[in-house]
Amino acid sequence: MRTAYRGKLKTLNEELICMGEEITQAIRNTLKALKTHDPILAQEIVNKDQAIDDSEKRIETLCLHLLLTEQPVASDLRIISSALKLITDMERIGDFAADVAEIILHGGRSKTGYCISFISEMGEAVVEMVEGAVRSFVEEDAILARRVCDADDRVDDLFSGAREVLVGKIREDEEFAERALDLMMVSKYLERIGDHATNVAEWTIYAVTGVHENTEK
Amino acid sequence: MKEIQKFNFSDGVAVEAKNVDLYYGKFQALKKVNMRIQEKRITAMIGPSGCGKSTLLKSLNRMNDLVEGCKVEGEIFIGGENVYEKTADLSRLRKNVGMVFQRPNPFAMSVYDNVAYGPRTFGIRKKTELDEIVERSLRGAAIWNELKDRLNKSALGLSGGQQQRLCIARSLAVEPQILLMDEPTSALDPISTGKIEELCMQLKKDVTIVIVTHNMQQALRISDQTAFFLLGEMVEIGDTQTVFSMPKEKRTEEYITGRFG
Repeated sequence: MRTAYRGKLKTLNEELICMGEEITQAIRNTLKALKTHDPILAQEIVNKDQAIDDSEKRIETLCLHLLLTEQPVASDLRIISSALKLITDMERIGDFAADVAEIILHGGRSKTGYCISFISEMGEAVVEMVEGAVRSFVEEDAILARRVCDADDRVDDLFSGAREVLVGKIREDEEFAERALDLMMVSKYLERIGDHATNVAEWTIYAVTGVHENTEK
Repeated sequence: MKEIQKFNFSDGVAVEAKNVDLYYGKFQALKKVNMRIQEKRITAMIGPSGCGKSTLLKSLNRMNDLVEGCKVEGEIFIGGENVYEKTADLSRLRKNVGMVFQRPNPFAMSVYDNVAYGPRTFGIRKKTELDEIVERSLRGAAIWNELKDRLNKSALGLSGGQQQRLCIARSLAVEPQILLMDEPTSALDPISTGKIEELCMQLKKDVTIVIVTHNMQQALRISDQTAFFLLGEMVEIGDTQTVFSMPKEKRTEEYITGRFG
């Protein structure tokens, strides 16, 4: 048994769990800040994005170290190389949460918040996807990963619905246009988070089965 | 050289082991091993120490005959001929199935005489013919340029890597069809190892190579097929890329990823 090596693989899993918690927390806080239009919380999200970037770098270094020193093969190689790829998706998810927070800080002048039902619905759906995607990877659960990929369809549908609602609202009230653009951007960022969560889940499927599946329908 | 008949690999299979059991006294070192080795390809045999891979390698040219108490059951075919038949010609077998060992073992004689040793045994006496064989073999082992001006110097003065390539040249001098290599680079530095690996890849154009190695990256780099052995059993054999990326057997996966052993 290569004890030190198995120990490093365990560390990799723990680091991924931590980074997963950081990004899901960032999305949850973003949704909360949207509801309450809370600039202090929004600023906190922007500030904490650096910690997510640092996590990505730390995990990247660990993966490269493992590849260089342990020369992994078979399932270990798939797990380490997938981890190296999916942390980029996780880091992007963190960036999108920060981008939404920037909109709260610098966007429309409305003080009434962004509490619109489809945003909450999309937000809850993508949080569930991100949590599921990260959990599927650390627990090597391809069934959960496929469920995450399937859930992306609903997020895409919600995004299409959001666009229609916003176009209708602008037609009704021109003054709403500025806020509608912000909401459109927020929806798009949430939809993109869903796409990146899908990528993470697809890496899980590869790591577990050894086969790249294109889950897009 | 005395005309010694080569084996006929007409179906592309150089070696086939069928239900091979091998005993050292009461200890069973190989258990019902069945495997085929393709002609002009490199086959790597991997597995933890004592798993039987070197034992199988040595039984392919009956080197185990020299071990007291060694008993082989089952059949080993080279080019369709059972080499354990009572009528098998051992001299023909060992000429066509050469061997390179873990530690270079040059004879305490000159570089030239080391390489010419085999051909002389088979009756070649003419200087021009021997010269030609020595040059061709040393070139074949990618060491001619390094040794062409030292042919009459003692082989014992060479570096480990040079000695090992000289031993390969010595094997090539009798034009074997199969070359068995038992951890041929485990005593060498990375540069010499790289040279031997490149050499193996060039040699497979003409020779079938079977290599026992503990270095899994080496198996991955140079072999076409890999066989995994454990406790005397041949657990799995397949295309090297497949064995190292998606092994069929859980025991193979556990060994190559270091979960045991």
